[in-house]
Amino acid sequence: MRISEKFNELKKNNEGALVAYICAGDPTPEETKRYVVSLIRGGADIIELGMPFSDPVADGPTIQAGIERALNGGMTPDIYFKTTGALKVSTPLVVMTYYNLLFKRGLPKFVQDCKASGISGIIVPDLPAEESEELGALCRKHDVDLIFLVAPTTTETRMERILAQGTGFIYLVARLGVTGVRADVAGSTRELIERVKTTTPKAVGFGISNGKQAAEIIRAGADGVIVGSAFVDIIASRKDVEQRLEALARELKEGIRAAHIES
Amino acid sequence: MKQELRSTKFGKYGGQFVPEVLMPALEELTEQYEKYKDDPVFNEELNYYLRDFAGRPSPLYNAKRLSKEYGVKIYLKREDLVHGGAHKLNNTLGQALLTRYMGKKRIIAETGAGQHGTACAMAGAAFGIKTEVYMGAKDTVRQRMNVYRMELMGTRVIPVKSGSQTLKDAINEAMRDWVANVETTHYMIGSVVGPHPYPAMVRDFQSVIGKEVRTQMMEKEGRFPDSIVACTGGGSNAMGIFYPFVDDDVQLFAVEAGGSGLKTTDKEALHSATLCAGEEGVLHGAHTKILQNKYGQILESSSIAAGLDYAGVGPELAYLADIGRIKPCYSLDSEALEAFHDLCRLEGIIPALESSHAVAYVKKAAASGELGDVVVINISGRGDKDLETVLGMNK
Repeated sequence: MRISEKFNELKKNNEGALVAYICAGDPTPEETKRYVVSLIRGGADIIELGMPFSDPVADGPTIQAGIERALNGGMTPDIYFKTTGALKVSTPLVVMTYYNLLFKRGLPKFVQDCKASGISGIIVPDLPAEESEELGALCRKHDVDLIFLVAPTTTETRMERILAQGTGFIYLVARLGVTGVRADVAGSTRELIERVKTTTPKAVGFGISNGKQAAEIIRAGADGVIVGSAFVDIIASRKDVEQRLEALARELKEGIRAAHIES
Repeated sequence: MKQELRSTKFGKYGGQFVPEVLMPALEELTEQYEKYKDDPVFNEELNYYLRDFAGRPSPLYNAKRLSKEYGVKIYLKREDLVHGGAHKLNNTLGQALLTRYMGKKRIIAETGAGQHGTACAMAGAAFGIKTEVYMGAKDTVRQRMNVYRMELMGTRVIPVKSGSQTLKDAINEAMRDWVANVETTHYMIGSVVGPHPYPAMVRDFQSVIGKEVRTQMMEKEGRFPDSIVACTGGGSNAMGIFYPFVDDDVQLFAVEAGGSGLKTTDKEALHSATLCAGEEGVLHGAHTKILQNKYGQILESSSIAAGLDYAGVGPELAYLADIGRIKPCYSLDSEALEAFHDLCRLEGIIPALESSHAVAYVKKAAASGELGDVVVINISGRGDKDLETVLGMNK
């Protein structure tokens, strides 16, 4: 399923999207497959699957540890595409990884592999819009979305450039810093949502870990909420992982639904 | 051949491959650097610190006994005599001054051997700016004296326990800090690596080395050298001495760390010879040559010299190597160690193990005549910091 179709479907029901991130291969590819099913059962609308890179500069300690576990578990890009290809879910899948893995595989092959293994979108946190021309063209050719991040520090000039190139959804970085669980949702989030003027859906991530925060984000005007570290924390604990992933996804999704009923 | 700073690339290399939150900071830094780099007041102040604080110009010394032993006329550019014992202070004084001009209140940095960290600590103290340095936990053990040195000067050293616990992980961690604190903090990169404008800016601050060599060679020889030889990890001392000669008829040799040989496994390289044995890729914000496996995962590099132990190299060096303007080559750990002892014994100079790689290459190459008659070797730092390592190797 295309990402835009998913957002349209949700919009019809007056509902926001839950985008759930976990790192593929953390701790093994087999477990990843089961975890994806748990997240979807709990209510995740889009699954963002990290492809582990040895030097993940945009990720905080929690996700970094997940990436390390996945690499130690033997995850490679080849195994990644086999894993996603075997998932057979209708929920849109998005790959998040760093540019060198795309560069080394060859951009055309990487995009083709995404298409062939059922991945609808690509997020590359260390690839700014200025450097993305070639990848953007390939994504358009193969009907894969190229998703960009915008931050509170993004200038107006860059915002225009990014919004012109991003498809699928725009990934709003809720606060300065790297991924990780935070206690509060920054006030800069609302301001950022207002600054991002586009018809492309807006999903907000970085630092969201419970239903209450998810509801706040939706009330602030977002079309979706992205949650990663809170799920990766559950995986790290190795206790009742599937059950707890499902429960957290359900709590977040309920928060998202509640926000819309109120508004 | 020289690139305008306004371009973010050196040929196809360079660029700005960083998280979105950092892009505005890089834009600001580029703008501010452009504004001040030719500003007379900024440069007068920088020159004052380079002269009265760092002790520049550093001598160009005709090493007669080493020349006789190796069979070629050798001049040593004595960056080991710069305050702090390495060329690193040239760059940190420039960037600390820029930090002050930009009105930022905090400096962060990464360090491998501890030389850049020490140079940050010195500049931070001299300018009264709060300084915090990330250092691989393994390196804090290998270079504990440098850790203490930094702490004495009021810098907080933060050991990095992730990954291989060396320079590459310290860079990752410093970038994360910058992402989180970009509004108040300047990230002081210590080499000609990272996203634009760092490779160009650090090169410019280090170019004082090559500029001095031009003047000093004309005074001493009435001509430029036939060859300049510099060790290359990230490549800041190499770019610093090469850059003013890029448009001249002078051969430039970039000597990388060959470690225990140019072999790699799926996870690690037994060397750090990125120009010689690396492949194109993107690491730490730049498109350059890197050491990676078939999937693009970054390898753990290896060298007897912590300051060369890095899986990447400055993008401008990758470019100059591609167009044939510099010659990449390497020295093994064992060769560097031998050259270290040569310089100690014959000249009374204890060089850094990093710089010893350059000396070792001259020893190997002099006989073939490829270096010409007159050679300048950049002695980028002194070797006091390496004595424990050398003692360990000799056992």
